[in-house]
Amino acid sequence: MCTRWAESGRTAYAVALFASIAFTLLATASPRADGYPTRFSFGATATEQDIARIAIAIPADGKGLPPGRGGYARGKEVYEVACAACHGADLKGVAGLPDMPSGNALRLVGGRGTLTSQKPTVTVESYWPYATTLFDYIRRAMPYTAPGSMSDDDVYAVSAYILAEGKIIDRSTVLDAASLPTVMMPNRDGFIADPRPELFR
Amino acid sequence: MDRQAEMSAAVEAALRSIGEPISEAQAKEIAALEDCECKEGMFALAATRRHLFTGAGLVAAVGMTGMLPRAASGKAPAGAVEYPVQADPTKEPGRVMGEDGGYGTRSQFESELRWTNPTRTASFAPMQSSYGTITPSGLHYERHHAGIPNIDPSRHRLLIHGLVDRPMKYSLADLKRFPTISRTYFMECSGTTGSELMKVTQPTVQRTHGLVSTSEWTGVPLSTLLKQTGLKSNASWVLAEGADGAVMTRSVPIDKCLSDALIVFGQNGEAIRPEQGYPMRLFLPGWEGNISIKWLRRLEVSDKPFYTREETSKYTDLITTTGKARIFTFTMDAKSVITFPSGEMKLPGAGFYEITGLAWSGRGKIARVEISTDGGQTWHLAALQDPVLPIAQTRFRYPWIWSGAPATLQSRATDETGYTQPTHQQLIAERGPLEPPGMFYHMNAIQSWGISADGSVKNVHPLG
Repeated sequence: MCTRWAESGRTAYAVALFASIAFTLLATASPRADGYPTRFSFGATATEQDIARIAIAIPADGKGLPPGRGGYARGKEVYEVACAACHGADLKGVAGLPDMPSGNALRLVGGRGTLTSQKPTVTVESYWPYATTLFDYIRRAMPYTAPGSMSDDDVYAVSAYILAEGKIIDRSTVLDAASLPTVMMPNRDGFIADPRPELFR
Repeated sequence: MDRQAEMSAAVEAALRSIGEPISEAQAKEIAALEDCECKEGMFALAATRRHLFTGAGLVAAVGMTGMLPRAASGKAPAGAVEYPVQADPTKEPGRVMGEDGGYGTRSQFESELRWTNPTRTASFAPMQSSYGTITPSGLHYERHHAGIPNIDPSRHRLLIHGLVDRPMKYSLADLKRFPTISRTYFMECSGTTGSELMKVTQPTVQRTHGLVSTSEWTGVPLSTLLKQTGLKSNASWVLAEGADGAVMTRSVPIDKCLSDALIVFGQNGEAIRPEQGYPMRLFLPGWEGNISIKWLRRLEVSDKPFYTREETSKYTDLITTTGKARIFTFTMDAKSVITFPSGEMKLPGAGFYEITGLAWSGRGKIARVEISTDGGQTWHLAALQDPVLPIAQTRFRYPWIWSGAPATLQSRATDETGYTQPTHQQLIAERGPLEPPGMFYHMNAIQSWGISADGSVKNVHPLG
């Protein structure tokens, strides 16, 4: 699905890219007629440290996943302390939170088989295509009141807990940089490219 | 006393007590008189024409409290400062210049506000009382995922790395030294109007459509920066990341980055507001607002998308007829809405009204807007305010004589690609029915406002 689309898209991008690179080389060689340079001396070189300090995004292939590991038991402990207040002891959300999305918006599990319903239940279990996204999002943005505060081990652990409660992995699975990207999410093949503009009948 | 005289007396009394507070009961009394046909006196008091038409009953009472003269000691509306009201401003000098500290405020008699939703995750622009096409920066809609960060620009850097030849970091001061451009563009949240697919859920145009706004944005083309860093041959996506508590991330195709993408630091002639991403944000013209990452701190060039939470679990379009979801649905389709008259307003009586509203398309210029006053049976061309700019809100106007009989007002936009705004039924046929808690993104169906014989305006829906 997405992979195939991304590959077909890549050809188009490669063409645009080649044109852009060709333009860059040409422009660098000769100054622009309107008096503007094409290269500027502003800014500073980014060091390895600059990049390592904040570059935490994890793509679907798991590249860049940190060392560490975590499983169900520790994940349950972490969940109860850091997550349950909003996502619910049963992982099905909490209604009526002040100044927060609530209820179904915070639901993490359930909803398989509801995506063809007029009122679908969209959760990690029923909808998310990649487990790496769960790790990436928890590490960068959760818990809501203290984002970025959890150890990598605990992020692996709580990811394992949520995925096991969603019956996507079993309770004995330990997640780490090698195993997380191999988790097959139930809705992995549930996404298609944008067909718009639509031609309405 | 007949109603005409009663009305005049009420207006006289109100004018005599300029500067004095009025009670809610007094406001209600005057609001009740709104049902009569004697409107002239009301115009004398109305701070703006639109205030006259705001609501009925208690809503009107509250609205009218805002429009009547208030005590000098009263609390000014947000964005205003309370100054003493002079008995006769022609008989004494006005206040000394500079009392505002060098940054002006709006009149204390103007009280239009963004409406914040109960979960405090979004605020909606007051389109019902907008003029022209530019949204004031302080009324621009907001959508935040972890509040509004307060960033010291001297400590903020934009890092560009990944599949580049020269990883770079730029401060705000660095960015400002590059050649800049200014463009007037709309921005719209792709969730706007989504809850209205199947039925009426919100009463006013502010709450149905208010997650769209237009500003003049100033910044540096992203292509300029990517020419500095160079790109590896396999560069095809760029991850953009914000410096807020959500550390928001979205993947952007490289061709958008090399065409009209901007790194923006200016909005409507001054620095962008903190709510809009101060000190710098990504701006991707015509695309759903969420991908124009605010508080931009990092761009990572990659050979593939990252499938972040915001581009998988959210901001994807589930088609319930197949159970499959569309992913990477960036473009905002053509859309329009009548802002006057609109939900919860009240027309004082039969006669002339200028129907007006806004139209916009992520694919270019608006080519035409058609108006129907009979629920879509017949359509008539509206006048477009020029200049009509690509990917910007366009103001349309249409003269209408209301007979006093019930009517249903609609607007229908067509953009320069020939795409015409669909009906609810067409959208549902194309993408399947969807109700909350499911999120229907990119909802651009033709909006209907029903006018009752008593002049009251309601949000009405073709599916009942």
